[in-house]
Amino acid sequence: MTETAPSPAPGPATAPPDAVLVEHMDVSYRVRGQDRRALRDVSFRIGRNESYGLVGESGSGKSTVALALTRYLPRNGRVSAGSIRIAGRDPLAMNAAELRDLRAHAVSMVYQEPGKALNPAIRVGNQVAEVYEVAGLSRAEALERAEAMLGKVQISDPRRVTQRYPHELSGGMAQRVVIAMAIAAEPSLLILDEPTTALDATVEAEVLDLIAGLRAELDTSLLFISHNLAVIAKMCDRVGVLYAGELIEEGPARQVFDEPRHPYTVGLLRCIPRQGQRKDHGRLDAIPGFLPTPGHSQPGCIFAPRCPIAEERCRDEAPPAFDVGVGRSSRCYLHDSVAALPRNTPADVQLPAPPSDAGPIVTLRNVSKTFSSRGEEARALVGVNLDIERGETLGLVGESGSGKTTLARALLGLTPPDAGAAIELDGKPLGGDLRKRSGTQLKALQIVFQNPDSALNRRHTVRRLIARPLAKLAGLSGRALDERLADLVRSVRMEPRHLPLRPRQLSGGLKQRVAIARAFGGGPRVVVLDEPTSALDVSVQAAILNLLADLQAKEQVTYLFISHDLGLVRYLSDRIAVLYLGRIMELGPAERVFSGPHHPYTEALLSAVPSLDGQRTDRIKLSGEIPSATNPPTGCVFHTRCPRRLASGICEVAEPPLAEVEPGHLMSCHIPIDQLTNLQSKARMP
Amino acid sequence: MTEIVAMPAGAVTSEAEKRGQPVWRLLLGRPTFDVGVAILLFWIICAIFGESIAPHNPLAQQLLGTNKPPSAQHWFGTDSLGRDVLSRVITGSRSILIIAPLATLLGTVLGTALGLALGYLRGIVDTVVSRVVEAVLALPAIIIIFLFVVALGVSTLNQVLIIGFIFTPLIARTVRSAVQVEGQLDYVPAARLLGERSGRMMFVEILPNVLPTVLVEFTVRLGYAIFAVATLAFLGFGVQVSTPNWGTDISASYVLLGAGYWWETLFPALAIASLIIGINLVADSIEQVLAG
Repeated sequence: MTETAPSPAPGPATAPPDAVLVEHMDVSYRVRGQDRRALRDVSFRIGRNESYGLVGESGSGKSTVALALTRYLPRNGRVSAGSIRIAGRDPLAMNAAELRDLRAHAVSMVYQEPGKALNPAIRVGNQVAEVYEVAGLSRAEALERAEAMLGKVQISDPRRVTQRYPHELSGGMAQRVVIAMAIAAEPSLLILDEPTTALDATVEAEVLDLIAGLRAELDTSLLFISHNLAVIAKMCDRVGVLYAGELIEEGPARQVFDEPRHPYTVGLLRCIPRQGQRKDHGRLDAIPGFLPTPGHSQPGCIFAPRCPIAEERCRDEAPPAFDVGVGRSSRCYLHDSVAALPRNTPADVQLPAPPSDAGPIVTLRNVSKTFSSRGEEARALVGVNLDIERGETLGLVGESGSGKTTLARALLGLTPPDAGAAIELDGKPLGGDLRKRSGTQLKALQIVFQNPDSALNRRHTVRRLIARPLAKLAGLSGRALDERLADLVRSVRMEPRHLPLRPRQLSGGLKQRVAIARAFGGGPRVVVLDEPTSALDVSVQAAILNLLADLQAKEQVTYLFISHDLGLVRYLSDRIAVLYLGRIMELGPAERVFSGPHHPYTEALLSAVPSLDGQRTDRIKLSGEIPSATNPPTGCVFHTRCPRRLASGICEVAEPPLAEVEPGHLMSCHIPIDQLTNLQSKARMP
Repeated sequence: MTEIVAMPAGAVTSEAEKRGQPVWRLLLGRPTFDVGVAILLFWIICAIFGESIAPHNPLAQQLLGTNKPPSAQHWFGTDSLGRDVLSRVITGSRSILIIAPLATLLGTVLGTALGLALGYLRGIVDTVVSRVVEAVLALPAIIIIFLFVVALGVSTLNQVLIIGFIFTPLIARTVRSAVQVEGQLDYVPAARLLGERSGRMMFVEILPNVLPTVLVEFTVRLGYAIFAVATLAFLGFGVQVSTPNWGTDISASYVLLGAGYWWETLFPALAIASLIIGINLVADSIEQVLAG
């Protein structure tokens, strides 16, 4: 530091400066000779040992904030106005050596993809040790400290892990290693950019617990960036809501989420199914319109075009940050009346016809799938028996590696199951391979994939993508095809002007609508929804879920809904099947599965989900990660992680059958249902 | 407000931004591409209108003016038969510019079809053919081409067929791996669920997405083909010895290098080099634009 460095920290000179103080920061990217503003007039403060959350949808500028703080902006980006102080120091005024020192000692970052943050060619121990070597320790000492640090991030057997290469680690483990490296330098500021987004819910819960625990132990401030409101609610003291590069609301996390004071925050919170909301209680509210394009130059409030209560002045002049309570601000003229924000989506719903009694539409009997590679056999599905009722939505949940997608692909005929499996549609057997299926059978089963970028042929136009199933499966042509096409486009709420475009010209939500239109084009009976909204933003997600619910009511289709987001599963599903290591652990009506008594695995999954409503359930924790399907545990496959394993030892030796514990509710567990009810109601009571 | 969201603000990479533009405009904006195209156009014009551009008749012999160094009258000098080297260089591109593109085109078409089939259908055929391709790759292509030309004769058609067939497995291998990458994307199972047949899957669904790879492969191979044709001519397997041909001319004159008649070898050699460099410049820029 130079002696001339100013000390901009407010308050008495003796008080230590804030961990971060950003004032009126603008960031712009220079694209094709033009400056595009990515952040506008962003100001916030992170106190010492405070945990500050930044939420926003993709494109809101969350990551740009993190990059600007550490001066990691790409070459075409620059802070064009305002000031940044990190622990009183100005990174914008630093020379190369000072900047290196800042990044090495004062600020650490953890990114979304742990796999990309680790050097694949260096053993884990050496990578962590490098941080200590930079700090001046000897190699032996550094390695020792690295091992201790791995223990600190709750890696069991850290000595063995130090010898591993990053690719040998699971996602959760790798993220722990990244966190270990980040905190090894004992930074005063730790920036976490979507640190758990790529992880399973159970692993996410563990990593979040770890971060919370380390925070208590270390003298570190946190900047936590996430699109997941519940995660922010759980982890942060204060939160800032970013929208299109502007910090539109700020305040204590609990208050902002319980009583938002900006229409965007209100809308965002209404997009999420909460407190057990289900599709038959009413549609989710969606925010109409789209994020403004980057570099927009609209006068007035940035949210006005999408705001249902916008007035004349909102469009003319940008609102300042109003003080709306202790430590709270909102950039909205109407911050007093946002609670009465009208809904954008009618709450009343068209209910689908009740499932008829004509028998299940799909039956799966003894469906197994074994993948073999290099002499090792991985059993992705083991003897799955499942009925899908006509017109229902069957939710399929489980961690990644539980066999959800394999089950869906077996049903669709994309991954033929092992011999001995019987899949029937309307009581007629379906060929294991889709080439053996009749035209009617092909037509009956369709899928909406998770990622529309991958699922839509990027060289084809929207018209071609949607028209193909109409021609191929529905056998339409000429006028009839055009009419049905127009109808279909309308029913997924797209417009004719979208037809000549190619997928890359559409936003994520529109792309997913195209994929949905394609799936519905042939007039399917059963549609598999494989994480249909996990690649989308929250506000878009609500619109897609509403669309799916509407389409189901209109077209009388049956859904097989795969998701890791239990809130969404609860919202959309009538029944739920819980998968673990290719076996069904629990199957029953959605309400019963959620309210319990439930299988210990379901219980663990549920308690891993952070809640927006601030109810802190006494979590039962899952230790470790899902075992390998090549070498599944003996007895009940869940016993290695089960928090309620019986002392008698039966769980280790005998696999429990999937038995009916109450009408329509099946479970595969040795613990008698009464005992389970007792245990679980006790756990819920504080 | 618009429904066409260009990109999230985080995606500031210029490639993503540029992808919105048509490819040809991106290419023309690159100096390497422009220079490469200029060189190519120059030689194509020479191949077509050579006789009209050339200052002298490339075949006219001047027995009194043999092996003359470059002068005001003969800028590139004369060869051992007194023919004007500049005129022979200008007109000597024709056979190369006929054989090389045709052979490369043949190899690209066949190789793309084979690569699509191997990459999409996979299975035992893929395993066997891939091993054969690796075996072919183990030998320098020029040696194999030479062997076949010696065995089958040196006609233009033979050269096109032989070079084309040799290129087929090489191009197939590249296309195959591009197809396999595409096969990982969900639009492939999505199309299968619509009941699309293999032929349509390969040529309508997948092919448009691997075309950039095919185009890059074509330009890169074209450079090799020119080199191969020139080498064959140099080794005495050029078509129609009477017409000017860079390879043949070098072959006829390089023995005279020791006598100091450097211009007779240098200028045809520079011509070959410039053509290959031109193609490589084009290939590089196409690759950068399409891959970037």
